[in-house]
Amino acid sequence: MSGKKQIPIEEGLFTWPSDDPRLIGARCRSCSRVTFPVQQSCPYCTLEDMERIELSKRGKLWTWTIQGFYPKSPPYAGPETKETFVPYGVGYIELAPGVKVESRLTENNPEKLKIGMDVELVIQKFKEDEKGNEVMIYAFKPVVG
Amino acid sequence: MDVAIIGVGIHPFGRTEEASGRDQGIYAVRQALKHAGLEWKDIQFAFGGSTDAGAADTMVNSLGLTGLQFINVANGCATGGSALFAAYTAIASGAWDVGLAVGFDKHPRGAFAVDPADWGLGSWYGEVGLALTTQWFGMKIQKYMNDYGISEDSLIKVAERAYRNGSLAPYSWRKRPMSYEEIANSVMINHPLRQYMFCSPAEGGAAIILCNGNVARKYTSKPIYLRAAAVRTRKYGSFEVFSPWLALDQAPSPTVEASRAAYETAGIGPEEIQVAQIQDTESGSEIMHMAENGFCKHGEQEALIRNGDTEINGRLPINTDGGCIANGEPIGASGLRQVYDICVQLRGEAGKRQVQKKLKVGYTHVYGAPGLSAVTILTT
Repeated sequence: MSGKKQIPIEEGLFTWPSDDPRLIGARCRSCSRVTFPVQQSCPYCTLEDMERIELSKRGKLWTWTIQGFYPKSPPYAGPETKETFVPYGVGYIELAPGVKVESRLTENNPEKLKIGMDVELVIQKFKEDEKGNEVMIYAFKPVVG
Repeated sequence: MDVAIIGVGIHPFGRTEEASGRDQGIYAVRQALKHAGLEWKDIQFAFGGSTDAGAADTMVNSLGLTGLQFINVANGCATGGSALFAAYTAIASGAWDVGLAVGFDKHPRGAFAVDPADWGLGSWYGEVGLALTTQWFGMKIQKYMNDYGISEDSLIKVAERAYRNGSLAPYSWRKRPMSYEEIANSVMINHPLRQYMFCSPAEGGAAIILCNGNVARKYTSKPIYLRAAAVRTRKYGSFEVFSPWLALDQAPSPTVEASRAAYETAGIGPEEIQVAQIQDTESGSEIMHMAENGFCKHGEQEALIRNGDTEINGRLPINTDGGCIANGEPIGASGLRQVYDICVQLRGEAGKRQVQKKLKVGYTHVYGAPGLSAVTILTT
């Protein structure tokens, strides 16, 4: 046992540790609109009566792009350098109970990405921190079949 | 109360090593003063903004410490449009008779640096690689092309026209027209957008002097009247930049709202607009904004662009100075460059890029993060 832990990049974005992780959002008790991540008041009806909810694991890809160049760092905190950078997919995914979430995608080939395709949440290692722990982020991968 | 534009000034956009952003703003102000036959002491108020080149109100150190009302404006890339709106309301309200809207900037090379904290977002958003404006542009046009049948050909043609027009504008940055092939083969930045479809952060300054319409003819034989100015922010459901989530409901963008408000105030419809400046951060934006500003239905852009409708000699010339694509994007100044170009067109002073018809009505639209649009309608 190395004592290495898997730490979410930010507390409260997704359930972790978990065998069946989910993104965590907030739903307004008054009008049912959903936000991600959690926030304390409703951007639709303006009331301050939000409840923490878990979003669905699967959804449809609403739109996408590929990040083609190494992002300015900071704020980008990935493990790559400009020289080792490999493009990554980014998209918005429609999830139940009613929100579109922005996320990195596991696929970076434009030929393999299509608006409307089914995708599924994964929690994956982003990088290691100074202590050797794995920093975890959420992403979505195409559902095959 | 009528509001008139009586003087305009601009500092060349692009890169000017020897001049600070503030100096470029001051240059534009002095040019506008000369254009209007005024001195700095005649200016009763000013609204000005810059994102990276310092507080606009420190310009008074050079222009003169007259004690005028000077308020700084910050609304992302729409800063210039918001500054103009504020100046318009200052006169329309009867508070002042003569004033200034000014904007300038000087950005470092490379993509705009985004600190998520500036936009009310957690640091994770930037750490993970989502805090990039070009990503959003790619995603928005990707969806639009899918929904409305716009092709890559349109993206390329819009950029091609921008560089062609830019080569005719004395203050533009990109003076060399780029070929269709060069644009089509440029490196993919954020699919489906390629490098030469995007504007680049740049430098520049622009200034607009306005006055109470009743006294406009004291200063110029060719006043341009601000028939409307409107600013709107994003409503629940619109698809804007820096959004970790979007609603399922879809709502019209702030561009649609600002545009409608301006048409209503002016009592003028989109079919009457003869020359327009529309935000073209990249080709896709211009295309979407054509519909959002009421100039066509979603999807019609493909045919309009193919038919040359948006060329200088077309039915609705758009961005006759090359827009953001050919001028670059100095955030504080762009919204006012747009107004400068339309005023110059309406006054018949646009030289090589002059629209060859009797112009009466022009339009400007600028969009900025985190989802704000400013529109003006201008007439002779």
